[in-house]
Amino acid sequence: MQLVEGEKEVIIACVNEVLKEKEKTTENLIPILQNVQARLGYLPSLAMEMIAADLAVPAADVFGLATFYNQFRLSPPGKHQVKVCLGTACYMVGGKIALESFERRMEIREGETSVDRLYSLERVACVGCCTMAPVVVVDEVVEGKVTPTRVDGIMLALQENGDTKKSEMKTDLPDEGEGKNK
Amino acid sequence: MSDQITITIDGRQINVMPGLKLLWAALDNGIYIPHLCAIREEIRPNASCRLCFVEIEGSKHPVTSCTKTVEENMVVKTRSPRIDRLVKTAFELIISDHNLKCNECPANKNCVLQTIAKERGLRLKQKRFKSIVREFELDDSPEVFAFDRSRCVLCGQCIWADRVEAKVGAIGFTNRGIKRMVTTFKDLPLADSICTQCTLCVDACPVGALYYKKDRKEAGS
Repeated sequence: MQLVEGEKEVIIACVNEVLKEKEKTTENLIPILQNVQARLGYLPSLAMEMIAADLAVPAADVFGLATFYNQFRLSPPGKHQVKVCLGTACYMVGGKIALESFERRMEIREGETSVDRLYSLERVACVGCCTMAPVVVVDEVVEGKVTPTRVDGIMLALQENGDTKKSEMKTDLPDEGEGKNK
Repeated sequence: MSDQITITIDGRQINVMPGLKLLWAALDNGIYIPHLCAIREEIRPNASCRLCFVEIEGSKHPVTSCTKTVEENMVVKTRSPRIDRLVKTAFELIISDHNLKCNECPANKNCVLQTIAKERGLRLKQKRFKSIVREFELDDSPEVFAFDRSRCVLCGQCIWADRVEAKVGAIGFTNRGIKRMVTTFKDLPLADSICTQCTLCVDACPVGALYYKKDRKEAGS
C-alpha cells in the first residue's frame, strides 16, 4: 500500500512515541503493535520495520505475527468499509458469493484496501441479524439479503458518494508495495 | 564412559550421554524414527510434525521423542499399533497439502517424505483427507536456487538455518492454518528481501521446496 503525502512522518512520530512508552522486550511486541494500530488504524510496513529494528527481532517475525492474528490489519481502513458476514447463517445462504462479488467490483481481495483508499473489504463472523442473511455492513449500515445484484447497487451508491472525494487523495512515495508473490 | 546412561530401544541396549533427546539417541545408534521438524541444537523443540512418536514403558501415552530427554533404564519401543496410527495420520495430513508430483521434483529419491514412507510402509498418496494443494508463484529470484512453496512441509528447518546458522532473519512463518507459509517480510521475492542467498536454507530443506536451479527437472521428463 502506497503511503499518502505526509503519512510517513505521522507513522514515524507515532511509532517512536509508542516505543518510548514501552519497555523494549519481545514480550511487549504484541502490545506495541496493538498500540500502533490503535493510533494509525492499521500496521504500515514502515512501522513494522521500525518496531523490528528497535526490539532487535527480524522484520519477518513481526510480519509473521501481524499476519497470524486476525486483530491486526496491514492495509489502511478505506473511506468506505465493507464488512461481509461469513457467520454460519450467512455462509450457508451465500455470503461467500457476496464477498466474491465485492472482490471483483473493488478489484481487491478480502482484507485489502483499494489503491485509492476508497474501499476496504473485510470478512466478519456474525453481525447479529442472521434472519437477514447474507448480511453486509457498509459503513455501519446493515444491508440484508445481499445478492450479487445488490452488491452492484451498493457499489454504485458508494461510487456516486465517493467520486467527489477522490480528488482529495494523493499518493506519493513509491515502492511501498505489498509484495508480489502472494 | 561412566557418565553415560543405558537405555533400551526396541530391545537393543545403548549407551548415550545424559541430557540428549531420545530421537537423537536413537538416530545416532542407527534406529530410525521419522522426523521432519526436529533440530538437534534446539533447546525447546517445536514438536510440530508429530512424526517422531514412541512408546516409553511406564508412560500412558505415546510421546514425541524429540522432546523427551533420555533417562537411565528407559525402555522404548519405536513401533506399536498406536504409534503406527499416529504417524500414519500425521504423515497423511502433511502430504494432503503437499505437491506430490515427485517425478517433477528436484528432491525425488532424496526426499525425507519418501524416506519416511519407505521406512514405515506408508504410501505417498492418501484419500482420507481432502487434498488441498495450494497454487503458489514460484520464487526463482535468487541466483542459484528457487523456492516452490507447493512442496513446503512447514518444518521450519530453513528458518532455523536462516536465523541461527546464517544469522540473517530474512524468512519466517506467516499467516495461520492452511494459509501458513514460509516467506519474507512483506512477501517480497527472496532476491528483493534482506536474504543474502547463502543457500544454507537450501541445504536444510528436507524436501524439494528450496532447491538448486541446477537440480531442476523439466516438467514431464
